[in-house]
Amino acid sequence: MVLAVLVALVGTWPVLAAGPVDDAPATDTASAGSGDGTPASSDALARIRAAGELRWGADAQGGAPYVFQDPMDPNHLIGFEVDLAAALATELGVQARPVQGQWDLLLDLLQRGDFDVALNGIEVADEKARVALLTRPYYVAPERLTVRRDDAAAPRTFESLRGRRVGTLPGSLAERILQRAGAEVRTYDGGQNEIYADLLLGRTDAVLLDAPISLYYGEIDPALAGVDADFGEVRYAIAVPLDAEPLRAALDVALGRLASTGRLRAIYERWGLWNASTAALLGDADGGSRGVAQALETWRTAVGKPPPFLERLRDRYPRVLPLFARGALLTLALSFLAMALAVPLGVVLALMRKYGAAPLRWIATGYVEFVRGTPLLVQLIMLYFGLPELGLTLDPFVAGALALGLNYAAAEAENYRAGLESVPVGQLEASWSLGLSTVQALRHVIGPQAVRIAIPPATNDFIALLKDSSLVSLVTLTELTKTYLNLANAMRDHLGLGLLVALWYLAIGLPFSWLARRAEARLGRHLRTVA
Amino acid sequence: MTATRDRRVTVTTARGAAVSADGLVFRHRGAPTPTLDGVSFTVPAGAIAAIVGESGSGKTTLLRCLAGLERCERGTITVGDRTVIAGRDASATLRGHVGLVFQSFELFPHLTVLENCVLAPITVRRVARADAETTGRALLAQLGLADKADTHPSRLSGGQCQRVAIARALAMAPACLLYDEPTSALDPARKGEVLEVLAEVRAAGMTQIVVSHDAAFVTTVADTVLRLDAGHLVSAPR
Repeated sequence: MVLAVLVALVGTWPVLAAGPVDDAPATDTASAGSGDGTPASSDALARIRAAGELRWGADAQGGAPYVFQDPMDPNHLIGFEVDLAAALATELGVQARPVQGQWDLLLDLLQRGDFDVALNGIEVADEKARVALLTRPYYVAPERLTVRRDDAAAPRTFESLRGRRVGTLPGSLAERILQRAGAEVRTYDGGQNEIYADLLLGRTDAVLLDAPISLYYGEIDPALAGVDADFGEVRYAIAVPLDAEPLRAALDVALGRLASTGRLRAIYERWGLWNASTAALLGDADGGSRGVAQALETWRTAVGKPPPFLERLRDRYPRVLPLFARGALLTLALSFLAMALAVPLGVVLALMRKYGAAPLRWIATGYVEFVRGTPLLVQLIMLYFGLPELGLTLDPFVAGALALGLNYAAAEAENYRAGLESVPVGQLEASWSLGLSTVQALRHVIGPQAVRIAIPPATNDFIALLKDSSLVSLVTLTELTKTYLNLANAMRDHLGLGLLVALWYLAIGLPFSWLARRAEARLGRHLRTVA
Repeated sequence: MTATRDRRVTVTTARGAAVSADGLVFRHRGAPTPTLDGVSFTVPAGAIAAIVGESGSGKTTLLRCLAGLERCERGTITVGDRTVIAGRDASATLRGHVGLVFQSFELFPHLTVLENCVLAPITVRRVARADAETTGRALLAQLGLADKADTHPSRLSGGQCQRVAIARALAMAPACLLYDEPTSALDPARKGEVLEVLAEVRAAGMTQIVVSHDAAFVTTVADTVLRLDAGHLVSAPR
């Protein structure tokens, strides 16, 4: 009977896994965090069972074959780790729900409680074990060197790497190996496509990365070839919060069962990833792959040679519209909320600076200088990862809107102050002499004149904010830019999708420019001097 | 032409009050010597007084003190039944009760001429908009601006702007009206018009104090001449 339930659940996994990573971007992922003030991970296993879902953190931008958007149907998330998460969830008797998180922040997000486990090519390494508990490894990936097939001078051994330009991902084992070899390391924050694109263009001499990445992004190109040499290997494990020992134990048991029943091997074979090291890890005598790497073949077909632009326009792009629309909606919602905070706060700050008593003036000036003088990125990270240290855990959407709003309030304050300064002091004195209070004068005389001056820079800022809102992808939100990056990486199509996402931004931003120009003209039509 | 005839009737129903200063001392923040040093005078209700003197003698400062825009160090200012003692905040007592026509007029450019005239009565005195507009239009008509009520100041000539500034001040039914250099922004041909307006406002019984360095203008218009020299009144009212 248990088996029947298992089979039934397994049968449902593609549907579950198909949920886009940013499903319920704001409230769900966060309210599930430690909003109640208790540590995120206390009794994590019990909570997973109670909630009936295993929230696993991954970065869809990390790409194939780990976790990525299906190039044939970008509304679905696929990858061998999607399969693994679904199988593990089934073992635990729950459903798997992916949560988007930037790859190099996965362990921080895990600690914050944004998801229950981080499962996304996380290497077994000491520095990782200090901030999270790691399960037993589930995969061993050899480090694989890729070079241009026709490049006779390409480095092909560890020793020959010295002084050569080699691309890899930042913070990876491959990067440390390359440093040890004395190579000139080039790291890339974007997707894997760029790393191999630079190799093809001759900007680097080789690429060293985990074999699965090399297989899906490097060797798939006929002009590139993998080098059969030992450069070390990396083991992947699942990270759980430091105080979630029962969860780790349960996952270890589940992994053991998936290994012994051959289910894990079936997954790896489907993705063309089965190798001798992993066979040894899982206690399987047979290192050679027998199954058909069906998923790898599908990938080859999908991205091997990108179809012509017109065909993409007709067949592919309509299918990604819903994803872009959802990203655009999030971008728009974030920007509006941020601006709704930035405008009133900016007004208050500008008034404090221009008309406030000395202490108020200092506070406002201090705020403006601090916020304007530090990167938005730092402020966002402080709000999102820093505040939990003080016991305040913010929802990702709230944190994003708050960081953007607080940041842009400083810029708005300066815009409004410029507007206020532009109104001659005589206008205030004339108001006073008529008996108006300063507040009445600001409302009826100074304010309306200042607004006209402040509109163009404020519009500029709003459009800048639209674009800056892409930073919130850092805190698990898949807005417009992140949607593009994920899709571009999965479809290996940066130019066409790039134009598409540019159009989305323009479609959002241009109406505001137009409205602002009209408002400015309307407010200014009486201020023309007589010819 | 109707407008011209209208100007013969009273410009305002508010009667002017006597304005007097007693021992006024005013010093700009941090200045070693006072700008006004013991200024005393009385301007009877309904009279026109001219304040004259060299540049920097304190003319405009005296005007600003009377309008409640500056805070005096010593002395008192009395306008009708309102008295301001130095050191106290004069703003509530004088502002709105003493009209000031700025040298550069300082009309509100984003508002129409009529809106300029009704803003303070509505906002400060809580007069109903309809009543304020009736009064405002009457004032504008009396100053020959009936057809300019819904125009914005940017479309007016200098002389017209000045009359709007006067109408705006009179709309608050002040106890006296102050002018800072009323002829300086106008070309010589227009000075006659200013004289005419002042005469009509006087006919209505309004007390007026005019800062000017235009000797011909002053002798034509003033009942009293207050001559300031380095903060001292050197010529008492006759």
